[in-house]
Amino acid sequence: MDHLDFIEAYSIYILREAFNKFDRLVMLWSLGKDSNVMLWLAKKAFFGHIPCPVVFCDTGKKFPDMYSFQKKYTKNWNLNFIRQECPPIEEIDPTLTVSVRSAARKTEALKRLIHELELQAVIVGIRRDEESTRAKERIFSPRGENAEWNFRDQPPEFWDHFMTKLLPGNHIRIHPLLHWTELDIWLYIQRESIPVVPLYFAHNGKRYRSLGDMDITKPVTSNADTIEKIIAELLVTKIAERSGRMMDYETEDAFELLRSAGYM
Amino acid sequence: MEQIKLVIAGHIDHGKSTMIGRIMQDIGALHDDKIELLKAISKRRGMPMEWAFVLDAMRTEREQGITIQTTQVFLKTPTKSYAVIDVPGHKEFLNNMISGAASADAAILVVDAKEGVQDQTRVHSYILRWLGFDSVLVTINKMDLVNYSKERFDELRFQVNKHLKKVGIISTTILPVSARYGDGLVHRSQNMSWFTGPTLMSSLDAFWPKPMPMELPLRLPIQDIYKFDERRIIAGRIESGKLKVGDTLMFAPNNSTAKVRSIEAWGVKLPVLAASAGQCVGITLEDHIFVERGFLASHKTNPPVQTYFFRARIFWLANTPLELGRYYKLKLTTIERIVEVFKIEKVIDIFDLSEHSGNQIERNMIGEVVLHTRAMLYLDEFTFNPHLGRFVLFDGYDMVAGGLVFIDKVQELGLISYKSLQQIPSVEDHVTIENRWRANGHKSGVLWLTGLSGSGKSTLALELENILFRKGWQVCVLDGDNIRSGLSADLGYSPSDRHENIRRVGEIARLFANSGVLVITAFISPYRSDRARARALMPSLFHEIYVNASLDSCKKRDPKGLYKKANNGEIIEFTGISSPYEVPSSPEVEVNTCKQSINQSIEKMLSYIQAKFALENNE
Repeated sequence: MDHLDFIEAYSIYILREAFNKFDRLVMLWSLGKDSNVMLWLAKKAFFGHIPCPVVFCDTGKKFPDMYSFQKKYTKNWNLNFIRQECPPIEEIDPTLTVSVRSAARKTEALKRLIHELELQAVIVGIRRDEESTRAKERIFSPRGENAEWNFRDQPPEFWDHFMTKLLPGNHIRIHPLLHWTELDIWLYIQRESIPVVPLYFAHNGKRYRSLGDMDITKPVTSNADTIEKIIAELLVTKIAERSGRMMDYETEDAFELLRSAGYM
Repeated sequence: MEQIKLVIAGHIDHGKSTMIGRIMQDIGALHDDKIELLKAISKRRGMPMEWAFVLDAMRTEREQGITIQTTQVFLKTPTKSYAVIDVPGHKEFLNNMISGAASADAAILVVDAKEGVQDQTRVHSYILRWLGFDSVLVTINKMDLVNYSKERFDELRFQVNKHLKKVGIISTTILPVSARYGDGLVHRSQNMSWFTGPTLMSSLDAFWPKPMPMELPLRLPIQDIYKFDERRIIAGRIESGKLKVGDTLMFAPNNSTAKVRSIEAWGVKLPVLAASAGQCVGITLEDHIFVERGFLASHKTNPPVQTYFFRARIFWLANTPLELGRYYKLKLTTIERIVEVFKIEKVIDIFDLSEHSGNQIERNMIGEVVLHTRAMLYLDEFTFNPHLGRFVLFDGYDMVAGGLVFIDKVQELGLISYKSLQQIPSVEDHVTIENRWRANGHKSGVLWLTGLSGSGKSTLALELENILFRKGWQVCVLDGDNIRSGLSADLGYSPSDRHENIRRVGEIARLFANSGVLVITAFISPYRSDRARARALMPSLFHEIYVNASLDSCKKRDPKGLYKKANNGEIIEFTGISSPYEVPSSPEVEVNTCKQSINQSIEKMLSYIQAKFALENNE
């Protein structure tokens, strides 16, 4: 097994544990490269089927390319698709900084869905290497009644034995891509020919490293217009993957606060 | 390029996170905007550039200058790729330390040049040893604080080696470094020209990922069964060995066998014909046999150990101590069992490495224990096959311990507890126990009556025999009268003779039970271990009945005048007087002959017999 085989197998193991342990679970699909890889891994884990609903938290502010991608692959991949509309900005804590407040709409949408469907678990495609608070995550990460994350008191997790305790009103976040790097993701997309939104490829000297809402996501300078060029770029770049995601940078602990309050 | 998982361990504030942060900087793994950000947040706190902030991402961690939660970062050099695992050095966060260290291929131990070996240096190195590491790389950090002194380095090298030797670890390499200033990490140190050894980064080239155990026997624990379409797919991860289409697999615990028809996979062009350790597979079988999560597939020629008892070295994580005699849920790959803590052989304090005995294991201590399961467990010795030789314990929903399996000396416990499957004869050509049950009209087994002398065991046993015999049952009583006069006529009443007597009773009861008879034994059998051994011989046939009566009333009854003799010293080691009676912790039935009449006790036992031994029409 090479490195990609190994990380693929581990993700499949996690997805199968998730499906075995929980009846009411969903998988989040942000339409980005990572969650596309995650859907692909689920198809591998379950032999062509995705045995749980796939949820898209719609802020209404995604790029048009993303919406058309969503329509196409919902059909092509035969997804049990749920579009969860995010509440308007007015319903979100006004004391938050601008981009964080905007991003928090997604947290709120997810919380409402968890409540409505009485979800036990939510599968999320975050990775340790994209952001340093995510690096502190467990694979099975328990969340409190308000979806809050207590990074300090996380349960022990080793030898692939995961926390499946569920108190009333709580849920578990499951992170099957935690051990992948950005480079792994692209190498795997290349190997498996996984479709991605075209915005990742350079157009007029700019491309998106990470996709979010149109108003709080910026492209990076790049000429990488093929997967091969993206991989070559990642080997030498000095720019962070999420440098175009404004909500990460408004204050030192902006992202920590967002995640402690239930963001993905 | 394969990835090596590297854990950085050591005492609080000896510079683990700083070292990782600085290496990332020196090999160019930190992004420009990250460096700017770290400079700004260090400055805001009035500090020089703090490399540890690369990893200590949480506000409390930065403000207190400590690592609380384990984290991982990824490094790439032209030749190697690393996942570096940072763990906290505080003893409050050992849970997090183990969660981080358990998956590592290799370990670095960081020791402060000024402070030398400290508490958590000891604790972490012992935990690494427990996790199976027999060697570590050591960095003597903060050499700048001791003026890059060669003498101090030599002194510490001696101290560290001495300590590690005690723990059972070899230090492959000991390097002097200063993480804050980058001496000896990626670049050679100008300040320590006396040191001719390698830098840390070039030492890492000696590390390799642990190879997948392909050459070991096949172990495929079943994770789930899928029936999404017409295929019934049995899914699991191959923990060791290989399998191919056409292989005959044997599934514990039933040991039923079936041939692999196909290895299923989505999105592949050619059919998959073989798979090996590390792969998550889905297989279909040619024969329709019952399989579920927690079954374990192997080849017939190299089955796992099957056992009811095993030794384990466990690390206790919970605030509530482990207690002798308590039950916990064991998880070993996808296999789950309820286990009883049968014996605590040794407790090791990992802070000072002292050993003691006791009935409890406190948080952050290591214990050597014997665990007992009622349903057959299948596993391997940790040193032989780590993936099938390690487990965790849960108390309710909380993970309370990790443990490693040692079965080498289990037989010395006097427990006939494990067998290799090759020794199990094929029974297809024999009369089965079910054949006998159908012929007799009832099931067979052993009702093992235990209790003090004079509690009423023989009275109850003979009365039950009488009632059941008149109903046409195949039933017999084994008691002191018919065993001591013949089979055990060569035995006296010394402790070892009494153990041997009970062992023989267990063996003879099993033979009778296997021949279709309902056996009722009436022996004091005061030792839990003797009874457990008898149970282990025939777990599904054994039924423990505790005949409870207070010592005072037994003395009063004294039907054979034995208590009087014991009190006069004419009998030595008499149970209840000069030798202990170990009360059963969870008997199948308990009758109290002080509080209930003989008839009431008989009624209670009869209704249990009806429930357990009557044969349904369709059976």
